[in-house]
Amino acid sequence: MNRTKASFLALALVFMTSLVVYANDDSAHSEAESFVPGDVIIHHVLDNHEIHIGNFHVPLPIILYDEANGGIVGPFSSHHLAEGSNYLGYVMSHEKIYFVGEGNEIVHDEQGHINAPKPYDFSITKSVVGIFVTVFLLIIIFSIAAKGYKTREGQAPKGLQSAVEPLILFVRDEIAKPSIGKKYERFLPFLLTVFFFIWIANMLGLIPFIGGFNVTGNIAVALVLALLTFFITAANGNKDYWMHILWTPGVPWWLKVPIPLMFIIEFIGFLSKPIVLMLRLFANITAGHIIILAFVSLIFIFNNLYGAAGGFGVSIVSIIFSIFMFCIELLVAFLQAYVFTLLSALYFGSAVEEHAHEH
Amino acid sequence: MELLTPNIGLVFWMSLAFLVVLFLLKKFAWSGILQALKDREDFIEKSLKSAEEAKAQMSSLKAENENLLAEARAEREQILKEAKDMKDKIMSDAKVSASEEGNRLINAARTEIEKEKNQALSDIKKQVAELSIQIAEKVIRTELSDKNAQQALVDSHLNQTTVN
Repeated sequence: MNRTKASFLALALVFMTSLVVYANDDSAHSEAESFVPGDVIIHHVLDNHEIHIGNFHVPLPIILYDEANGGIVGPFSSHHLAEGSNYLGYVMSHEKIYFVGEGNEIVHDEQGHINAPKPYDFSITKSVVGIFVTVFLLIIIFSIAAKGYKTREGQAPKGLQSAVEPLILFVRDEIAKPSIGKKYERFLPFLLTVFFFIWIANMLGLIPFIGGFNVTGNIAVALVLALLTFFITAANGNKDYWMHILWTPGVPWWLKVPIPLMFIIEFIGFLSKPIVLMLRLFANITAGHIIILAFVSLIFIFNNLYGAAGGFGVSIVSIIFSIFMFCIELLVAFLQAYVFTLLSALYFGSAVEEHAHEH
Repeated sequence: MELLTPNIGLVFWMSLAFLVVLFLLKKFAWSGILQALKDREDFIEKSLKSAEEAKAQMSSLKAENENLLAEARAEREQILKEAKDMKDKIMSDAKVSASEEGNRLINAARTEIEKEKNQALSDIKKQVAELSIQIAEKVIRTELSDKNAQQALVDSHLNQTTVN
């Protein structure tokens, strides 16, 4: 017990000092630029064409689809586009890539907009790397676990297998079975994959110094997951489910004809479910990242205002709060995976539910 | 606002990666794991049930054994009792028949004795009668010669003949 406490304290100290050093370091060579926390935070939360590990910038491959330039362009390394340089006629500004033609530079109009064609960006960005890492981890973890079930058939679980088994049982017995009912088995592969994908991706975003992945906090990722839930729900909807939307039973007829009020309400509900699912996941994870980044930014702000002493003083409070937030985010990482899976299971349950009687 | 605009490239990569991992895990992990979990649960449930059954069987067997034992004990009692009764009966029967036989023998002996006695008496009577006749003959013969002599003869004969 004492050992774990000691190692935790040591870890916290290392974390603290490294952040302060980083803050001082950063302010030292960018004295001229003023620190704008909002921009920095949004920049960290958004997707990126390179991964920052400490002061190292790891370039990532850029793949573009540009109809005007004959289809797929690339892949080429993102360092070609670093600091506004032109490569093959493409320029990058604020992580967005524009086609301006060879040798030209970005031209801003009076409102500050850029009026240049934008090719479709299929680059392997930071979030795509995060997705690949998550997928890789998922495959490694569960192939090992599955192997355990095969080699030690009928025996007690062991190692990684016994680590994931309670979670698999949790998804099956606490989420799928009570929410869906008899037909839960056909939805289990999706629910399990979604649960572990979100959870691992969330945790990946909490590991400091590996580039600050924000996979599930990206609206595109949340959108894909929510759309999959939506499509599976629609594909599995039985007669009762569609009838409930088209001709809701148990409400007075004048709510259905001449104006199909109930249908409109039910249809909005039908469409809003995936949107809500997407926004909840995206907003929760992004908010967590923003709060932690805000606490860290406080150090930089005070560092700029009152020098290194101010930065160090505030860092103590900031670090305590960010560690607290990290702990909460660890819980949120699990909670959001649980909530997303639970709501998906509830939607599936409503799609396959069989009504013994009209209510 | 950029935060809320999904990037087409990311949507593409996410869909691809997720569907691939869903397919791979479904094929190579979930089906095996879920089946193994189910099998294990079934096995545990079955084992518990059979243990319960064995316990019930055991207790019923024990009760049966006890019943059998009690029955055997009762039977032994019964047999012993019967044997004792039979012994008593045989003994009493034997006693009765022995005394009856004795009585019969005694009676038979008595009648035989009576018969023998009667026969002996009748023999004696016959002999006495014969002797009397012989004497009477001799006496008559002697009388015919001498009176005294006759007398003496009768006397001597009478003395000779002892009635026993």
